[in-house]
Amino acid sequence: MKPVRFDYKRPTTIEEACGLLASDDNARILAGGQSLIPMLSMRLSRPSLLIDIAHIPELTAFVETETHIEIGTMVRQAVAQKSKLVKTHIPLLAKALGHVGHPPTRARGTVGGSVAHADPSAEIALVAATLGAEITYRVDGADEIFDASNFFIGPMLTIAPPTGCLTQLSFAKAPAVCGTGFHEVAPRKSDYALASAAAQINFAAGSGVTSIHLGIGSVGDFPERLDVDQLCGTPLDDAAIADAVHAAMQMVETVEDLHATAAYRKRVATELAIRALRDARDEISKDLINE
Amino acid sequence: MNDVTLTVNGKPVSGVTEPRVTLLDFLRDVAGLKGTHAGCEHGVCGACTVLIDGTAVRSCLMLAVQAEGEDIITIEGIGGSGARAGELGIIQDAFCETHGLQCGYCTPGMILAAEALLSVNTDPTEHEVREAISGNICRCTGYVQIVDAILLAAKRLGQRNDAAPSDANLV
Repeated sequence: MKPVRFDYKRPTTIEEACGLLASDDNARILAGGQSLIPMLSMRLSRPSLLIDIAHIPELTAFVETETHIEIGTMVRQAVAQKSKLVKTHIPLLAKALGHVGHPPTRARGTVGGSVAHADPSAEIALVAATLGAEITYRVDGADEIFDASNFFIGPMLTIAPPTGCLTQLSFAKAPAVCGTGFHEVAPRKSDYALASAAAQINFAAGSGVTSIHLGIGSVGDFPERLDVDQLCGTPLDDAAIADAVHAAMQMVETVEDLHATAAYRKRVATELAIRALRDARDEISKDLINE
Repeated sequence: MNDVTLTVNGKPVSGVTEPRVTLLDFLRDVAGLKGTHAGCEHGVCGACTVLIDGTAVRSCLMLAVQAEGEDIITIEGIGGSGARAGELGIIQDAFCETHGLQCGYCTPGMILAAEALLSVNTDPTEHEVREAISGNICRCTGYVQIVDAILLAAKRLGQRNDAAPSDANLV
């Protein structure tokens, strides 16, 4: 359980980090290290150079703009979980963060690191894909922005440029009235999930439900957004939700491994997606009744 | 090789180490503090839990070079200080009383996880206690007595009348 030998650099600017990344084909970025260090210890990853980005001040920025919340890649999961900005404007992420690892790993693990690592069962990646967050990489001195809903393409695989450094995630602020739901099933609390689902229903006074976001994770090679737009304009009763989820799940390919069969994963993901949507709907009803 | 200087239990510790050495191995082999236990060495069991700035973290999921300049508390820094040096701390006492340990391998991690919780939440619910130790595995007790120990320690910490601010972290 000891990593191979590697060099270690601690840049203080993004440019310096990108330069180091370009200087060595076998270099890897170290953010919070809560996924990478176990892989080093098990020698599943054998980099020649680790670039520790924890000392780049701009990567810990937490910015509120008129329409978005921008989270620097090095913002720790525990910090995001406690953040008022996240609670108020990205309620789905706030809900999901409680399921990410456990308190000691959230203290070190970062929001951006989880997305860059792209584990198929990662909750933050699922929320980003579900909400279509914008993922910014610095590549050759310029910013390149990716849509999280088609950023993940396989287990630990993304379309990120190999010499780019993830700098921030940007989430659109949720409307004043919206509902969210997040569910997962794992062998034990804080373990890798066997199936997970995230949902957000946006609502506007006068026009009703304006958009419905639904995503599932842990069941395939990457988190996936499901199309349930047909539910917009319906009363969102249990039967309609179940029908829409069953229809959307038809096209989803699930994987089999030591822990669960593909059929089990499909069945559980379907049920969790239904529950997540119902939770989201019920939150909106509660908001509307209170108003 | 890299120079690493950090503060462990209030004292400066320096060493020259390869970047691949984890904080866990640095604490055990360079600082000579064997109370931080090496369990799974890949972040699953929690036996290697230490506090950094009062927050529980896994010392096996951190390189020693990443901990440069950090303020670290290990199980050796949890007992009584000043006039009570050498005595067990309140949380440690509570573990003894409720039989919160059998083989003792997970105990340093459990106590530090409890310390991190009780330093920010003086009156936790059973659920909050279980959440705080959710990343720590114990194969002996079945957790019930560990939860009892932490709830007992919370009660005692709340009742004691010598709680000077500098004592709040039991450093």
